Amino acid sequence: MTSTPHEAPGSEAATREAAAALTGVETTARSVAEAAAQPVAGITGAQSLVRSLEAVGVDVVFGIPGGAILPAYDPLFDSQVRHVLVRHEQGAGHAATGYAQATGRVGVCMATSGPGATNLVTPLADAYMDSVPVVAITGQVPSAAIGTDAFQEADIRGITMPITKHNFLVTDAEEIPQRIAEAFHLAATGRPGPVLVDIPKDVLQATTDFAWPPRLDLPGYKPTTRPHGKQVREAAALIAGARRPVLYVGGGVLKARATEELAALAALTGAPVVTTLMARGAFPDSSPQHLGMPGMHGTVAAVTALQKADLIVALGARFDDRVTGQLSSFAPEASVVHADIDPAEIGKNRKADVPIVGDAKETIAQLVEALRAEHEAGRTPDLDAWWAQLDDWRRRYPLGYDWPEDGALSPQYVIERLGAIAGPDAIYTSGVGQHQMWAAQFISYEKPGTWLNSGGLGTMGYAVPAAMGAKYGCPETTVWAIDGDGCFQMTNQELATCAIEGIPVKVAVINNGNLGMVRQWQTLFYEGRYSNTKLHARNADGTPKPVRIPDFVALAEALGCVGLRCETKEGVDAVIQKAMEIDDAPVVIDFVVGADAQVWPMVAAGASNDDILAARDLRPVFGDGQV
Amino acid sequence: MSRHTLSVLVENKSGVLARVSALFSRRGFNIESLAVGPTENPDLSRMTIVVDAESQPLEQITKQLNKLVEIIKIVELDGGAAVQRELLLVKVRAPMAERTQVLQTAELFRARVVDVNPDTVTLEATGTPDKLQALLAVLAPLGIKEMAQSGTVALGRGPRAMSGAGTLRPVERTA
Repeated sequence: MTSTPHEAPGSEAATREAAAALTGVETTARSVAEAAAQPVAGITGAQSLVRSLEAVGVDVVFGIPGGAILPAYDPLFDSQVRHVLVRHEQGAGHAATGYAQATGRVGVCMATSGPGATNLVTPLADAYMDSVPVVAITGQVPSAAIGTDAFQEADIRGITMPITKHNFLVTDAEEIPQRIAEAFHLAATGRPGPVLVDIPKDVLQATTDFAWPPRLDLPGYKPTTRPHGKQVREAAALIAGARRPVLYVGGGVLKARATEELAALAALTGAPVVTTLMARGAFPDSSPQHLGMPGMHGTVAAVTALQKADLIVALGARFDDRVTGQLSSFAPEASVVHADIDPAEIGKNRKADVPIVGDAKETIAQLVEALRAEHEAGRTPDLDAWWAQLDDWRRRYPLGYDWPEDGALSPQYVIERLGAIAGPDAIYTSGVGQHQMWAAQFISYEKPGTWLNSGGLGTMGYAVPAAMGAKYGCPETTVWAIDGDGCFQMTNQELATCAIEGIPVKVAVINNGNLGMVRQWQTLFYEGRYSNTKLHARNADGTPKPVRIPDFVALAEALGCVGLRCETKEGVDAVIQKAMEIDDAPVVIDFVVGADAQVWPMVAAGASNDDILAARDLRPVFGDGQV
Repeated sequence: MSRHTLSVLVENKSGVLARVSALFSRRGFNIESLAVGPTENPDLSRMTIVVDAESQPLEQITKQLNKLVEIIKIVELDGGAAVQRELLLVKVRAPMAERTQVLQTAELFRARVVDVNPDTVTLEATGTPDKLQALLAVLAPLGIKEMAQSGTVALGRGPRAMSGAGTLRPVERTA
């Protein structure tokens, strides 16, 4: 809780401002925590729960009350812990995730039993895939009714077993402080992840005593954080000897707050860096050592650098299928150093020549030391030939886009301008699809914690509620949700929450009237048969009707936001500026863009990364044999 | 594919078995046999899991098992270095005329008679899975009415123990 990852190392004013804001929060949270930690006898389980949340330092809970969780909401009413009443539990879960990713603290959501709890399933699965520390607290039907198909009963513990790091069913009110403490410990340590605590109503109503801190009883939980020195030295020797190394940086580097260490390692090695979708912002895009994002829609230089590397140094990354493409032909000549805090990730998809289990911060710091020793012993690699090759790829195949032939607005241009105007201090969230890839490609990320998206699960509808959580956690920071019109229609109800609770997020709806990414695949792989991807109103022959359903400007206004629209290139900057000036209400801009813009480069699903297309029908010439 | 025996020390809490079996089923592994029971420590249970799998996917499974918070330790017991036993109860058709044959077979396999009535005899036998298979093969022509067989339970040979000092080497936590 000492620093927020979104703070700007370069901009002192912003840092001071953010630090001041945070100090305020911290002081309040700390004094609340100290007061709450006093032992007390003869309170209800619900009071014990709320005291536990105070004691563990929670400042906000996103949730919706209901029958089974109702007892908890009574003491919450008087608590210093703020509760944000969302409109759908999915919003609560993603808000907790957005809050956690932006602040580095544990996000908390709360729901009632049955449907309340099952509505948390998607955000919990999402947080699990992206290793985000979230604690979900759910009410359960009374103990005696469990298993009887009681009203609003669902076995949420059973349901969430495969999508949480751990979960608990609390059977005795005495256990509440311990389970809450354990849940926060599990969520935040090791490889972070979501933890669910299910509490039956009678347990919340029972009389109990409260004491803090409780003893943690997790004998089987011992995450390895300190890397093995011998492995680190072996890795350093490989790096010192490599002629075509690549630092393959994943989300674990952000989770471990290891970006300073990464910068030192990059500087020392002089090696190219690629940052995955989950790691955008872990290494500044402005650095000449940064080749961009690898993977299905990565830059030609990043994809090809991995493909041709003789050494891949994977740091908190997991060789996801979207990064490797066809696994059997991925980086065929590369040795692999794989550092991750989760031993199960190592060797899961790609064999590791040097496995290192440990926290990324400590691992990279030790790698830097070990590499210095290699250099001092005279072993410094010459990467000039490698860089000549990389620069050539970068020069010949930069990211780019064409304007739609029909004169419509280019979605890439909108996102590019948004990034340029809102700048690297803003936080950007996104939904899933074309707009997500463009936001990952065309915005320059310079700082950790400024790019939040649903990488692993690919949850459409993530952007708005995640932006709400991020904005709550970082009130001084501009937060932009970049959303597609498909995604936006899944979770825009949370804008009512934002408007009422005073959380002025900004939303750029990249409105192409279609499920754009699916449409792109239908164009490329299904002969343009657009089965069920058109969202706009249309005539019997499929041509668009001149009516907006929904009218996003009117919808925004109805939800208590300022609604703006832009349909021309000339209007883009002005409308973004206008949105930037509004800070007392959420703003939605409906950017009406062309339907046929596509995301490039692309490696088709299941294809080899060797077969990357820089643009449609454009296969790069890789200059094989040059290095 | 080959047979692997995993001995898994787990916290004695509800839900652990569901977590373990879900891990196997999600990856398409069929558990060949499973035995769960108490240990010398009342807070811990031991699961003995026999699974047919290639060693690489099995390594991934054991790593995933190790991540479960309630799992304390996993050891793979290989055939030579471990004692492995199963328990068999089998009800065999044994009219008076054929009863001697049943009882002689039981004696050969060191099985005990645990229930007798005019038509059947119930035998109890312990041993390795191979031995019990052999017993069943001999009994089959006589007429097996019903049988129940436990999963394998196993302990490593020698003075070392999984819990406590001088432990068996656990399945690697660190890759």
